[in-house]
Amino acid sequence: MIVSVASGKGGTGKTTVAAALASVWNAPLDAMDLDVEAPNLHLFLNPKIKDCRIANIEIPVVDEARCTHCRMCSELCQFKAISDLGRILLIFPEMCHGCGGCITVCPEKALKPGTRELGEICWGHAGEQDFFMGRLRIGEAMSPPLMREVKSYRKKLRGREDRDLIIDAPPGTSCPAINAVMDSDVICLVTEPTPFGLYDLKLAVEAFRPLGPPMGVVVNRDGIGNDAVLDFCSQEGLPVLTKIPFSRRLAEAYSDGRVITQAAPELTPLFKDLAEKLRQLSRASSPAKEATSHA
Amino acid sequence: MHEIVIISGKGGTGKTSLMGAFAHLALNLIVCDLDVDAPDLHMLLHPENETSEDFFSGHEAIIEEENCTGCGLCADLCRFNAIYSKAGVFSVNPLKCEGCKVCVTFCPEKAIAFPERHCGKWYIASTRFGPMVHAKLFPGAENSGKLVALLRQKARELAQSRGMNLILCDGPPGIGCPVISSLTGTGTAVLITEPTPSGIHDLKRVAELCRHFKIPAAVIINKSDLNPRVAGDIKTWCLADGWVIAGEIPYDMAVTEAMVNGQVLTEYLPSNSLMRIAIQDAWKRIESMIQAQRAA
Repeated sequence: MIVSVASGKGGTGKTTVAAALASVWNAPLDAMDLDVEAPNLHLFLNPKIKDCRIANIEIPVVDEARCTHCRMCSELCQFKAISDLGRILLIFPEMCHGCGGCITVCPEKALKPGTRELGEICWGHAGEQDFFMGRLRIGEAMSPPLMREVKSYRKKLRGREDRDLIIDAPPGTSCPAINAVMDSDVICLVTEPTPFGLYDLKLAVEAFRPLGPPMGVVVNRDGIGNDAVLDFCSQEGLPVLTKIPFSRRLAEAYSDGRVITQAAPELTPLFKDLAEKLRQLSRASSPAKEATSHA
Repeated sequence: MHEIVIISGKGGTGKTSLMGAFAHLALNLIVCDLDVDAPDLHMLLHPENETSEDFFSGHEAIIEEENCTGCGLCADLCRFNAIYSKAGVFSVNPLKCEGCKVCVTFCPEKAIAFPERHCGKWYIASTRFGPMVHAKLFPGAENSGKLVALLRQKARELAQSRGMNLILCDGPPGIGCPVISSLTGTGTAVLITEPTPSGIHDLKRVAELCRHFKIPAAVIINKSDLNPRVAGDIKTWCLADGWVIAGEIPYDMAVTEAMVNGQVLTEYLPSNSLMRIAIQDAWKRIESMIQAQRAA
């Protein structure tokens, strides 16, 4: 089972929930931080890192001697990554999405595959569990290619072994968030009962609903704000899986890098129950799950 | 004209709440919400839209079933795994399609259409603090970086035509595409952090990004009394790494109360509140930092 912990708004408690779920999970588990721009899960799980490697994206490199300046590459490129100045073929590596079109289309074989560094992928052990993360290189704009690399790194390592996976997703509702949650069996949406929390929850529901996986809501900092989030969930038929009470003590525990179930052991049953509800939610929908065979 | 962008790396550190207060304190400004992915500032400023425009960006591939012979070349060439087949019928998953045109170009039957992608809307609006430029990217859409660049350009045009000398922008979280698009060539970045392990970790990344793009930046430690030890670590690090601290704001439940009231903090808080005074002090330091930048 793959559980994505996501939200529209940042700072609602995704990492808190992901770390707490990992602490109570009762089956072999991998935890994966796909918030590659601002990865924080390792600060709470404290994994012993076994392997860190650079992840690259393929970009074109020009062999000027072969280039006849036919412009087929620059005309194909949709991302303004190639500009033909007549005598020089200029390549802007940072703009390249790695589609490989220019290399394929070039009739002279004047473009060869090169690389741009996306960031790094790390793998290690956090207690009984395995931990994976991506960390975007500072200055790199594109996070989805790195997220794909992290997912495929795990896939290669696991082979046919089936293990549960908890994904700590990035905030927002555009391509990085979609890429993180798209192959999940269940999406756990963490929100807070405030106007910002509600508005961004609505956006997240709208963005993630077409993806198919069932969704449930965790209301963090319950007690602040108002009831509008609960009203929205009941209107939309979104199950509220749990409410995490607000207290300054819990906020302080987070600020010390402590996992919430360790700082407040009385909350352990709440997260065990959340883990069970996520499992049920994913099972309930799995017969209807589309058998998509991606190429 | 000077442009300020508020960013944080980590989400939820208080960018929008502080941005709203600064918009109240600043004079003669254009307000701009660059968090087009999850914009929240409108809930504090209640903009009344004067113009509304569609935002198109890039294209998407759509396989025309009647012309497709099912050769599968498109699926082989697609680097984004966006093309799948179900019972011999090939389709493009629009959420995975990056609009690279490779499948369109190489399809031997020319069976793939490539229409423009309607990604969102953008608006020019009026608020009680001044004109506002904002947008909404459709959920799941991409190219937020392009929309950010468009908003900044519109804000500059508006500032020029209305004689405003400050553009104050609420930025997105993270350090990727929309943040880079918000940051490049801006006047000053204000980095909002909080005294938590995640706050300091992500502050360092976003500060490094500012250095990479040579953007002057000031740090604000929000919720600073939540963990004085980590707040101290942030100050020590800022000093060692060469970043100005513009202010420290105490942790206060008023942030949520003001938000529920649809007000910015400096409107909601009484004038003698510690938080309000801290916000005013931080804004004064940012203003004097800009003056020093201009003088230099």
